[in-house]
Amino acid sequence: MIPVTLPGAALMAAPVITEEPPAIDYGLLAPMLVIFGAGVVAVIVETAVPQARRRVVQVALTLAAVAAAFVLTVLQVGMLPADEAGATVAFASVAVDRPTLFLQGTILLLGLISLLLIAEHRNGESAFAAQAAAVPGSDEERAHVMAGSQHTEVYPLVLFALLGMQLFPAANDFLTMFIALEVMSLPLYLLCGLARRRRLFSQEAAVKYFLLGAFSSAFFLFGIAMVYGYAGSVNFARIAESIDAGGAGVVENGQPLLLLGIGLVAVGLLFKVGAVPFHNWKPDVYQGAPTPITALMASCTLVAAFGALLRVFGVAFGGAAADWRPMMWIVAILTMVVAAVIAVTQRDVKRLLAYSSVVHAGFILTAVIANTAEGLGGALFYLAAYGFTTIGAFAVITLVRTHENGPEAGDITQWAGLGRTSPLLAGALTLFLLAFAGIPLTSGFIGKFAVFEAAVAADATPLVVVGVLSSAVTAFFYVRIIVQMFFAEPEGDGPTVVKAGAFTGSVIGIGVAATLVLGVYPTPLLAELLPDPGGETPAAAVGFTR
Amino acid sequence: MSALHLAAEAHYTPAVDAGGAVLGGVWLLIALPLLGAAVLLLGGRRTNAWGHWPAIAMSLASFAWGVAALFAMLGRAPDERVIAAKGYEWVAVGDLSLRVDFLLDPLSISFVLLITGVGSLIHIYSVGYMAHDDDRRRFFGYLNLFVAAMLLLVLADNYAVLFIGWEGVGLASYLLIGFWQAKPSAAAAAKKAFLVNRVGDLGLLIAIMLMFTTFGSVAFSDVFTGLDGASQGVLTAIGLLLLLGACGKSAQLPLQSWLLDAMEGPTPVSALIHAATMVTAGVYLIVRSGLVFQAAPAAQLAVAVVGAATLLAGAIIGCAKDDIKKALAGSTMSQIGYMTLAAGLGPIGYAAAIAHLITHGFFKAGLFLGAGSVMHGMNDEVDMRKYGGLARSMPITFATFGAGYLAIIGVPFLSGWWTKEGIIQAAFDVGGTQGQVLGWATLLGAGLTAFYMSRIMFMTFFGAKRWDDGVHPHESPASMTGPMVVLAVGSLGLGALLVFNYAFAGFLAPVVGEPHHEFDLAHMLTSPYSLIALGVMVVGVGFAWLRYGRAAVPREAPKGNFVTVAARNELYGNAINEGLLMRPGQVLTKALVAIDTHVVDGLVNKVGTGVRDGSEGLRRTQSGFARTYALTMLFGAAIVVAALAVRI
Repeated sequence: MIPVTLPGAALMAAPVITEEPPAIDYGLLAPMLVIFGAGVVAVIVETAVPQARRRVVQVALTLAAVAAAFVLTVLQVGMLPADEAGATVAFASVAVDRPTLFLQGTILLLGLISLLLIAEHRNGESAFAAQAAAVPGSDEERAHVMAGSQHTEVYPLVLFALLGMQLFPAANDFLTMFIALEVMSLPLYLLCGLARRRRLFSQEAAVKYFLLGAFSSAFFLFGIAMVYGYAGSVNFARIAESIDAGGAGVVENGQPLLLLGIGLVAVGLLFKVGAVPFHNWKPDVYQGAPTPITALMASCTLVAAFGALLRVFGVAFGGAAADWRPMMWIVAILTMVVAAVIAVTQRDVKRLLAYSSVVHAGFILTAVIANTAEGLGGALFYLAAYGFTTIGAFAVITLVRTHENGPEAGDITQWAGLGRTSPLLAGALTLFLLAFAGIPLTSGFIGKFAVFEAAVAADATPLVVVGVLSSAVTAFFYVRIIVQMFFAEPEGDGPTVVKAGAFTGSVIGIGVAATLVLGVYPTPLLAELLPDPGGETPAAAVGFTR
Repeated sequence: MSALHLAAEAHYTPAVDAGGAVLGGVWLLIALPLLGAAVLLLGGRRTNAWGHWPAIAMSLASFAWGVAALFAMLGRAPDERVIAAKGYEWVAVGDLSLRVDFLLDPLSISFVLLITGVGSLIHIYSVGYMAHDDDRRRFFGYLNLFVAAMLLLVLADNYAVLFIGWEGVGLASYLLIGFWQAKPSAAAAAKKAFLVNRVGDLGLLIAIMLMFTTFGSVAFSDVFTGLDGASQGVLTAIGLLLLLGACGKSAQLPLQSWLLDAMEGPTPVSALIHAATMVTAGVYLIVRSGLVFQAAPAAQLAVAVVGAATLLAGAIIGCAKDDIKKALAGSTMSQIGYMTLAAGLGPIGYAAAIAHLITHGFFKAGLFLGAGSVMHGMNDEVDMRKYGGLARSMPITFATFGAGYLAIIGVPFLSGWWTKEGIIQAAFDVGGTQGQVLGWATLLGAGLTAFYMSRIMFMTFFGAKRWDDGVHPHESPASMTGPMVVLAVGSLGLGALLVFNYAFAGFLAPVVGEPHHEFDLAHMLTSPYSLIALGVMVVGVGFAWLRYGRAAVPREAPKGNFVTVAARNELYGNAINEGLLMRPGQVLTKALVAIDTHVVDGLVNKVGTGVRDGSEGLRRTQSGFARTYALTMLFGAAIVVAALAVRI
């Protein structure tokens, strides 16, 4: 009988079946396991703890778990081998290296701060609907509001979302990454629909986010299939090897397959970071979602999504950079220009910040395009700096209302005169806006400088020119808010500022401190992230592990 | 010129690392008052009731730390007294590495003690002086801010950080001159000070940029050790630009015009910022950059000439002003002219300049506080023609003001005599025509000083009472007289302490070079120039006594001859500025405005409306329909794939 060889069977490297259980280094997975475990416990808490005490238990559990995971993540940095980038765990499906740990640590820290906003209670009212299942405006809803019902399910949902965000930039093969993407996104879809006020609006945002998210996942998955067809593997290191070798021999002339795969995977990831033309969801969702959830998405999700984007395009597709650069150029330029231009005529503060987030994504894309160690370090710094500032800005938004016990003041004309009634709050927001605009002595300046510097070093000067021009446009609408707050005559009594609770107050305080400290004294963090010019650290220890 | 280079061999002393907590923690000197300012300015109305106490505490704590640092420094060998206290790297980009490091050496510690010492006294004085002001807390916040910025200026170890301090004191000065901003004159004065200083600041900024391009660094150590590699032209340019910066901050010709208007600020501010400390920053800059000026003799000569011209101009203005604060401001200009002149003499003048700067800090601050005390008792009247005979109503003010007066006119063995004598001597020591011209200018200035100060003294404290109705002069509270007494003691004794045996010059030697000859008290007393100085002082006082002591002072100013009129008009400095700069400037502005509205704005507005129209158009893509969004995404995916497809 003629031996039958399956096409590509040798390349698939079928796992050797043994009787030994696989050795998995659970130590390196500990932070994720902690969050996962806490999420499971939080679900049990929902059923086991009486309603009256549930919120307190959930808040304590969630904060403790996130803090513990953060501490574990920090401890892991010391556990990495000094001369290597990092290690892979569980059949190389998860990579633990320095950039990943930085991303995870940032996500957990920003998540912790967002949780403070989420947990904020004012007169027994949170930012979330009393009973999400009740039809908006119905008697049932009113009854729940009167009864003081609350959705403590928010906390396990946030924990699961955080788990997905942790795994997303750590995933070392496409399947794990896809699972992480869904674990991260599904809770967020739900959370977006839970706003206490303007509930229809919030639900609409959630449905839109869900539909478009599913659409983009389809692209992503299709792209994975293409890449698998080209490389015969979904593992990033194997894909990189195939690209370096000019194909894996699975198919003849696989270049179109690879390029199509890169393009479709890019669509999925660019959707998550909100780059133009995959940004449409951002303004609607940011505006409709409860503001603490918007803060969570604008900081943590962006960090996770960029972490994944940097790893996929740096590690898996790094060898094909010449192929995907022109595409990224187009997307980056579109993102920086279109979002900045649209933002000029926005009137709602949350929408404005959504567009601002899109523009910032464009700036960080310039570092992705650089595809160098400097670019990676600059992007990581940018993400951390932006995360703190943006949470602070959304925290301010939660406090400014149209009237006592009223909804948040969305339209910027309603913000007129805030500088006179609440100078400290307006001052904090001014600082955040100046950081968004990239004014020196704020973290935004250093971050922008770092990514643009990396882009120039990688011969992407025209991109930087576009970026600087776009910053000039964005400065216009940031300053317009400042002008509104400090120099415009308020209509009537001006906005009402509800008293900041301890949680919200500390969030704003942390935002101000981080924005200033990272602007005035960024050196320790930058030195940690950027490659050592003296070359003392071995080159292998910089960047993602392969 | 030979004498100029007498001690010109490079006296650059490399810095050693700070050991120990006191010297290593020198950043606390700045951080403490900065913290005070932050608490007061951010704390808002909540801190109104008690805000001035932490402000005083921060200033005093900074002073105490400064004293501890002085003793730590004195415990070291002289060549180890230039101490570098590492801060952190601020910006590191390509070739540019900016560090926030501090340099603590005999020169900077002298300033630290002057700033925090006199500063603390003036903080205390202000508690009483500003007691009835609703905004006292804000005032103290600004004062603390000033102290922090001034300390940053003198402790910086590179020009970039120095510049931050330089701008910081400028900001504090602006805020404090315009403190009573409800008064249009105060607001205008603040604006004027700001604008004039901007010219000087630009000079300093360009000098710093030139240094960076020439030496590749703006650190003192790199600039001073790299001077050999630079061309004469560049060095002269740097020197002249530094001088321009110094002129702005120190109110030297031709940027002097803001100082007299700055007297609109509260009097403690005039004492601290516009007499004792900030206005001397220019002298600090020149002495600190001494090695640059030694390598550029032309720029150095310009420094001396500017100093000589200002010392005479200031004195002449001081002779004619009836506003007590403006007369004292003229005097400040003149005295800083002395220091600038000395600083323009090179190493032989540096120690003299700084010594005079410090004694001047004491007696001039004392005089201003005295003036403030008089105003306090006279319902804020500043016109000396409405004073007279106040010695009896305000004995402590009279005594302390008198001490400052005797010191500034150079009565032997009081502070001013010791240090001014040093400058006169140094000027003549230069030799040649240059030395003669500069020397005689200092002597003429000494005579004028004696005249205008005696005039102030006689018009204020002696003679008939010319008070307005309803004015009941009274002595000020202890919180005000206390600091005045301390400053008076300094006015009397500090000079001897500094100059005797050239103790201070020896202390400064690691920075400015060794004193060029032995100390000789007999020579100081009997040299022809010191006798002449004594003579012109007696003539000045006597002439003032004839005019303002023996003769009655009219309540209305007489018309006066053309010199008096010119001096009253500040030697037409404002008119010159107006004719030479303001009017042409206005014409230029109008022309530019026309071009701006018709050409630039047209263009910009086109771009602006273009962006807005584009924005309106693009907004329509944000329709709110998920189906449209999905279509956009599909379209985007097509673009992405197409952009990749070209690579096949």
